[in-house]
Amino acid sequence: MPRAILYDSTLCIDCKACEAGCAERWGLPYNDRIAAEEHISAHKLTAVETHGDHYCRRLCMSCLQPACVSVCPVGALQKTALGPVIYDSSKCMGCRYCMQACPFQVPTYEWSKRLPLVRKCDMCYERQSHGKQTACAEACPVGATVNGDRDELIAEARRRIAGKPDQYYNRIYGLKEVGGTSVLFLSAVPFEQIGLRTNVPQEPLPETTWRVLELLPDVVSTGSVLLGGIWWITNRRAEVARKEGKRK
Amino acid sequence: MSLRLPKITFWRVVFAAILIAGLYATYLRVFYGLGGSTNLSDKFPWGIWIAFDVMCGVGLAAGGFTLVAIVHIFAIERYKPVLRPAILTSFLGYLLVVVGLIYDLGRPYNLWHPLVMWNPHSVMFEVAWCVTLYSTVLFLEFLPVVFEKFELHKPMEWIHRISVPLMILGVLLSTLHQSSLGTLFLIVPEKLYPLWYTPILPLLFFVSAIAVGLAMTIFESWHSSRAFGRALELPLLASLGRVLAVVLSVYLWIRFLDLSHRHAWDLLARNRIETWLFALEIALMLVPMVLLFQSRTRRDPGMLYACAVMVVFGFIANRLNVGTTGLEAGSGTHYVPKWSEIAVTLSIVACGFAAFRAIAGYFPIFEAHSHEDVRGELEETEEDSVAIR
Repeated sequence: MPRAILYDSTLCIDCKACEAGCAERWGLPYNDRIAAEEHISAHKLTAVETHGDHYCRRLCMSCLQPACVSVCPVGALQKTALGPVIYDSSKCMGCRYCMQACPFQVPTYEWSKRLPLVRKCDMCYERQSHGKQTACAEACPVGATVNGDRDELIAEARRRIAGKPDQYYNRIYGLKEVGGTSVLFLSAVPFEQIGLRTNVPQEPLPETTWRVLELLPDVVSTGSVLLGGIWWITNRRAEVARKEGKRK
Repeated sequence: MSLRLPKITFWRVVFAAILIAGLYATYLRVFYGLGGSTNLSDKFPWGIWIAFDVMCGVGLAAGGFTLVAIVHIFAIERYKPVLRPAILTSFLGYLLVVVGLIYDLGRPYNLWHPLVMWNPHSVMFEVAWCVTLYSTVLFLEFLPVVFEKFELHKPMEWIHRISVPLMILGVLLSTLHQSSLGTLFLIVPEKLYPLWYTPILPLLFFVSAIAVGLAMTIFESWHSSRAFGRALELPLLASLGRVLAVVLSVYLWIRFLDLSHRHAWDLLARNRIETWLFALEIALMLVPMVLLFQSRTRRDPGMLYACAVMVVFGFIANRLNVGTTGLEAGSGTHYVPKWSEIAVTLSIVACGFAAFRAIAGYFPIFEAHSHEDVRGELEETEEDSVAIR
């Protein structure tokens, strides 16, 4: 069963334990200065943002049909059956199309390195495939981030909204966005007020390019016959003209 | 003994200055990475090395396939005199695109990966294959010039034997990747400004590539006629200008229909930078179209050249809008290229000019076919056959 993360913004207390847990899991440095950075980067793969009285986490959304996976020319990014989107750095050539294509601007780059790589949250693929919780969910002291089966987490989110309808904005972010994501959000206020993109399409993004790419065999077959035919006709005409000219 | 220095001219000084700046920028790129040599960021991962060097580079090199199709497939032989320069421009263009990519890729030594690590769902994968194959095709299409120069008759025969399938392959590959450069941006509907984001972006990229291919052919003929003191093939270029006007009108008509169908005209009422950039790009296509429909303009070499330059700049404006400026608002950031990005880009362009000049001076690019019967055909065209020095 595909795994997911449910982040409940109403429970979050901005303790940043998820950030520290994530940094430890990746072996990245973590200190007060880095804790103060409210955006994800190559050295900070998840971040808690402050939006007025509310908080919101940023991490890889692990889309059900990820744009980054579809655009990668070398297949360095893969969507696993378990849910996480993983990255094989040995294949990467650094075209950064994944960064351009991601509707959530999640993949980050090691800009200062001579031979940089893409860095992004992989929803703790290693840990989850060994039956463990993601580092952020394990670190969270208040249960604002929980890790589990996607369908169960959706049911849980609905229960929470139904239980306290006055405390929640009555929607789950990630249910339909870009065809669904493996990270789900609950919030007290409309999602754009906690910095989530609400202008993303409901359809999976890979469809937008595939609609064109799938025409490729048609273009090649029709095109070659058409061009070959035109060439044959025009050259035949020239040949006939030449022969007739000779006869005279 | 006196040391012979090359004569110092204005353009040589400019060329040297550009190359020195480019070399220093290259040093920054190699030792300080993309962070030290560009203004790119996590929110804005593609800059002018992609939007200009790659997207414009491939487009400006579209003259090769356009003229191969006109001369060999549609067998309109009178355009033959401009075919070789067009193929040379294309071949150099694609080589320079690869140079631009090497600057831009984070790990350029993995450039070959798409050829073995497949992902057929990726537009970039398709572009990588098409560009690789088409560069090979262009090389083979250019080889006869080399064989002619060194009088190698045997290999000339071999290449002639495969020339027809080769040309058809070249036109097909170009059709695919010229349009695919537009398809690249279909994946960012929420980022690209709606004046440019349209499902028919691939079609628009294809048609505008044909237009700029023709414009570049006029552009380079004009320049080489000055550089080599050669007579300008004016009647020929004038009739190319007329074809260009038709292609431009088709392009603008498609864009008009597209905006109407998407009900996007309201966007033009907004006083935003995107509106003005859009207006600029359309004006640079519309004005030469109107001018080129008049035979008086086409017969005036200066005006014809000005029109070609306008189309080239209109095309560049369009690609930069799709590849950079149109993405800024949606990406929530601003991007102004760093001086080193511009220096590298200018160096690549300058090297392209220099390489074209060197090759055209050495190989029979322009003399070819002049003894054949094309001369006779030329005089039959509607334009006056006035040769201009």
